[in-house]
Amino acid sequence: MAVDKPYTDIPGTTIFDTEQAAKGYWLNQMANSLKNAANRERFIADEDSYLDEWKMSEDQKQAVRDRDFNRMIELGGNIYYISKIRATEGWSYAAIVASMTDQSTEDHVAMMVAGGRSIEGNRYTNDPSDAPEGDS
Amino acid sequence: MARITGSAYTSHVPAMGVAMDLDKTEEDYWVPLFEGVKPAREWMADNTPDVVVLVFNDHANAFSLEMVPTFALGMGAEYSPADEGWGARPVPKVEGHPELSAHIAHSVIQQDFDLTMVHEIDVDHGCTVPLSMFFGQPEEWPCKVIPLLVNVVLYPIPSGKRCLELGKAIRRAIDTFDEDLDVQVWGTGGMSHQLQGPRGGLINAEFDHAFLEQMITDPEACAQIPHVDYVREAGSEGIEMVMWLIARGAMGDLHGGAEPIERHRLYHVPASNTAVGQLILEEG
Repeated sequence: MAVDKPYTDIPGTTIFDTEQAAKGYWLNQMANSLKNAANRERFIADEDSYLDEWKMSEDQKQAVRDRDFNRMIELGGNIYYISKIRATEGWSYAAIVASMTDQSTEDHVAMMVAGGRSIEGNRYTNDPSDAPEGDS
Repeated sequence: MARITGSAYTSHVPAMGVAMDLDKTEEDYWVPLFEGVKPAREWMADNTPDVVVLVFNDHANAFSLEMVPTFALGMGAEYSPADEGWGARPVPKVEGHPELSAHIAHSVIQQDFDLTMVHEIDVDHGCTVPLSMFFGQPEEWPCKVIPLLVNVVLYPIPSGKRCLELGKAIRRAIDTFDEDLDVQVWGTGGMSHQLQGPRGGLINAEFDHAFLEQMITDPEACAQIPHVDYVREAGSEGIEMVMWLIARGAMGDLHGGAEPIERHRLYHVPASNTAVGQLILEEG
């Protein structure tokens, strides 16, 4: 019997499950290593060499270099792990989250202060009128 | 004997910790939240427990993907604030209560919950931000803390029903501990928020309010909410709310006692990307 995954039709959302974790294992473990200050120093000093120490795919390494968080998530990254990559640059979570939307950090923060992104139209991908707000 | 005196609930948004650590709580952005928490701090000052069983999820700090325990109980004498990548929070070490931890482990595992026993972990914002929210910025935390870490990051995660039942088992454990202790169980995380993808920034105040109300008045029904409802309605990280049911399960009304007394309720949007909810239920 196939695993029941009732969460695959939520727009703009990837649930980090066993399948994603298997794909993203080394990407996440690399990112996790950045909770150690000495590792952060080495990562900042020579990112390419640091990435080469891990059994990551070339696509994963490129997504890290590009700081493309949506791509990292597609390749198995989990936000709590990969956020540590931006932590090396002192980014806030608001800025990290904004970078995955089509908003500037300033616009994202303003949206949050105004009550956040609405749930209306953001529940199901299979409803054509139900794409994430501002998602083209 | 030890006794449960209440349960408390709060979001554990890192930015709330940063606001306190960097002295920003009087900035316009933060004033409504930190004014709103004052009644909770007053209640906590008047009702400071000896021990808090603090339920939270690790955010890739105590554990990596190498091992992901579903329920992990802290057994140690002390826990340091974790470096999550930005440097550790400048807050006191968290002092444990190894004897009560051991008693909970013996009792709860014998009640058929397979807890993972953890002796050495650093505790991240999931643990330290709730302490800061309810106790402010003391030199030392005013009570001992037993961390209970729940996996809500890597699916499959435990159901609401499992969490509520675990809370009940923890209640039975605490009720049978010989030492004279006031104990609270805190459920943390939530409320609605999504930190990933194009839907990032999602807030669903209607869901949050309904969850708060149902968790208080009908926790058994609340525990039936399926995972997909949390993540669809309250965001991929909104699933953290399931941990609140552990604290709720420890309250006396689910063990033949009186209804709890609501002492504090707060709802505020936003703290960074998140809707902040808080609740204090005193034992009835």
